[in-house]
Amino acid sequence: MKRYGLFLIMAVFVLGFSVTTAQAVTEINWWHAHGGRLGEKVNAIAENFNKLQNKYKVVATYKGNYADTMTAGIAAFRSKNPPHILQVFEVGTASMMSAKGAIKPVYEVMGESGLPFDPNVYLSTVTSYYTTREGKMLSMPFNSSTPILYYNVDAFKKAGLDPDKPPKTWEEVEDYSRKLVKVGYSGFSTAWISWIHMENFSAWHNIPIGTKENGFGGLDTEFIFNSPLHVKHIQQLADWQKEKIFVYGGRRNLGNAKFSSGEVAMYTESSAGYAGFKKTCEFEFRTSMLPYWPEASGAPQNTIIGGASLWVMAGHSLEAYTGVATFFTYLSSPAVQADWHQFTGYLPITTDAYYLTKGQGVYEKKPGMETALKQMTLNKPTSNSKGLRFGNFVQMRGVMYNELEAIFSGKKTAQQGLDKAVKEGNKLLRKFEKVNK
Amino acid sequence: MEKRVIFKQKLLPYFLIAPQIIITLVFFIWPAGQAVYQSVLQEDAFGLSRNFVGLENFVYIFTDETYLNSIYVTMIFSLSVAIIAMSVSLLLATMADRVIKGATTYKTLIIWPYAVAPAVAGVLWYFLFNPTVGIVASYLKLYGYEWNHSLNGGQAMFLVIITAAWREISYNFLFFLAGLQAIPKPFIEAAAIDGASPLKRFWTITFPLLSPTTFFLLVMNVVYAFFDTFGVIHVITDGGPNYATNIMVFKVYHDGFLSLDLGGSAAQSVILMIIVISLTVVQFRYIERKVYY
Repeated sequence: MKRYGLFLIMAVFVLGFSVTTAQAVTEINWWHAHGGRLGEKVNAIAENFNKLQNKYKVVATYKGNYADTMTAGIAAFRSKNPPHILQVFEVGTASMMSAKGAIKPVYEVMGESGLPFDPNVYLSTVTSYYTTREGKMLSMPFNSSTPILYYNVDAFKKAGLDPDKPPKTWEEVEDYSRKLVKVGYSGFSTAWISWIHMENFSAWHNIPIGTKENGFGGLDTEFIFNSPLHVKHIQQLADWQKEKIFVYGGRRNLGNAKFSSGEVAMYTESSAGYAGFKKTCEFEFRTSMLPYWPEASGAPQNTIIGGASLWVMAGHSLEAYTGVATFFTYLSSPAVQADWHQFTGYLPITTDAYYLTKGQGVYEKKPGMETALKQMTLNKPTSNSKGLRFGNFVQMRGVMYNELEAIFSGKKTAQQGLDKAVKEGNKLLRKFEKVNK
Repeated sequence: MEKRVIFKQKLLPYFLIAPQIIITLVFFIWPAGQAVYQSVLQEDAFGLSRNFVGLENFVYIFTDETYLNSIYVTMIFSLSVAIIAMSVSLLLATMADRVIKGATTYKTLIIWPYAVAPAVAGVLWYFLFNPTVGIVASYLKLYGYEWNHSLNGGQAMFLVIITAAWREISYNFLFFLAGLQAIPKPFIEAAAIDGASPLKRFWTITFPLLSPTTFFLLVMNVVYAFFDTFGVIHVITDGGPNYATNIMVFKVYHDGFLSLDLGGSAAQSVILMIIVISLTVVQFRYIERKVYY
C-alpha cells in the first residue's frame, strides 16, 4: 500500500506540472461575423498563427452578422466577460470609440507590447477611418471594401456600346442607359444605397456629409447632406425611374439579383461582391470606377471604405494583450494580407501586400480588385473623404432607407426627403452626444 | 357517503410547482423587471454611463412620429391578420366538418402551415413575391401589374399580412373544427326540418354557438399578430418601405439591438407589455360574460 501511495503522490506531481504547462498557452478570443467560406478562411488564419508559435492560441468564434456580433460583444462586456478581439462594422466606429472604459486602443496595445509597429505601412485610406485626428490608430482594419461599378459586357455589345469605354460621368450613365433600354435592359441599380449614393457619393465628390470633418472633430457634429449636389443626385435617381434608367433594388444588397439576372445592365456595389457575381452571372461583366458629376470641382476625389475592423476590449491581462499584438503583427504581414485579399476580394491593408499581389499577376486575372484599390487611393484623403464618425449611425442608415423609399415612390421630393433625414439624423446625433459627454 | 380526497403533505405541493415558478421568475418576471428599470434610464450601449431620466423616454416615444406610425401600422396589421385568418379558417372548418371521405387528409394538410416557423414562412412567401425572380410577381407582370413591394408600402403590407395570416389559419382551423363538432346536431336538424337554408342555419345557430371559440381566437390572433410576427417582418420588409410595415415589436428590436438605444427600446417594450396584459385581462373577464353559451 505504501508503494501505491508514493506512486500516487508522484502521479499528482506530474499531472500538476503538466496542467501548469498547459495553462502557459494564453487563449485569445476573437469574435467575428464571417460565416460560410469567409468563416473557413478566418479559422485557417487563426490555426496557422497557432501552429507557428506555442505561446498564444487564437480562438475564432462566429457570432452571427455584424449587428449580432457587436451586440454579443456589448452584452459580454456588460456581464464582465468580453472577448479579446471584437470585429465591429464601420458604422459602429463612433459607438466603440466613445466607449472609453470598454476598449483598449490598438496603438496602446501595440505600443505596450514592445513589438515593432509602424503605422505608415498601412494604406492611409483604409486606416484613416479608424484613426484619430492625431494619427493614433484605434482599431485594426481587417476587411475593407469600397464600391465600384459593375457592367454587363454582353448587354453593352447588344446596345452598340464599347465595353472598353465604361461610363465615367453620370451624364454618360444616362446616355448609355437610354441605349440599353432600347434593347430591352434597364439602365442601372444599386446595393447599399446609403453607403454608395450618399456616404461615398460625398467623399467621391469631396463634399462633406456632416460638419466637424464628418464627425472626426467632435460629438457636436451636424448633418449637412441635404446640399444642392446631394439633392440633385437623389432627385435625378428618382426621376430616372420613369425611363427605367434607374431601378431601386431594395435595401442592403437585395438588388444583386437584378444585375445577375440581367434585368439591369449596370450596378454599383461593393468590390467584395465580385466573388458572388462571378458565381451567379452567366454573362461577361467588367468593373470600373464609380461615375461622378463633372460640375463638382472636387470630383473624383477618392472613395471610403466599408466593412469592419478589429477592436481590442478592455479588462484583460498584459500577457493577453501581448498575444493580441503578436497576432495583429501576423495579420498585417504581407503574405497573410495578400492571401486574405485574393481569397475574399477585400482590400489589402498594407502597401506591401498590394505589391506582393501585383507581383503575382493577380490583377491581370481579376482586374476588378485593382479597380477598387485604384479608386480608393486616387488622391490623398481630404477631411471630406477620410471616412465618417457619427454616433447612432446604424439607426441613421435605417432613416436613410426609409426617406429614400419615400422619395423613390414619389411621396416626397428629394429636397423634402433629405431635409427630413437630416432633421431625424441630427436628433440621433444629439442623443448620442448627450449620453457620451 | 361523499369520498373526499385530502392531500396530507404540506410541503410537497410547493416542491412540485417550484420548477415552474422558477422558470417564470427567471424568464418572465426578471426580464420584465429589467425592462421597466431600463425604461427610466438613458445609457450608452456599454452601460458605462447611466442617467436616471424619469419618464423622458416615454415622452420621447409618444412624441415621435415614427412610433405613433408604428402603433397605427400595428393596429391595421393585427386586425387584418385576425380577420383574414379567422374568416378563411372558419370557411375551411365548416367545409371540413361536412366532408366524410378523406377528412383526415384535408385536416392534416390544413394543419401543416402551423409547423412552419414565422421566419421560414417569411422566406417562402418572399421568394414567391420577389420583384425580380418571384413566380407570383412574374405572373402579375404578365397581366400588366407591376409588383414591387420594396417601394410600394401597400403591397408590402399586403404581403406580410398574407404571410402572417397563412400560418394562423391552421391554428384557428383546429379550434373552429372542435367548436363545430361540439354543436348538438339536433339543433341543426330541427332548423332544417323547419325549412331554413344552409346559410340561415349557419348564421342563426352555428355562428352564435361558436362565439366562445370565436372570441378566444380573436384575442389569440391579435396577440399573435402583435408579437409572433416579428420573424415575418424581419425577413421580408425590415419595417419598410418607408416605415409601412414597422410594427411595434419590430421597432423594439430595431431600436434596442441595431440602434443600441436601450432606454427607448425598453420603454417601448413596457408599453407592449401593458397592452398584452390588458388583452389577457379582457379575455379572462369577458369570456365568461358576453358570449353565448
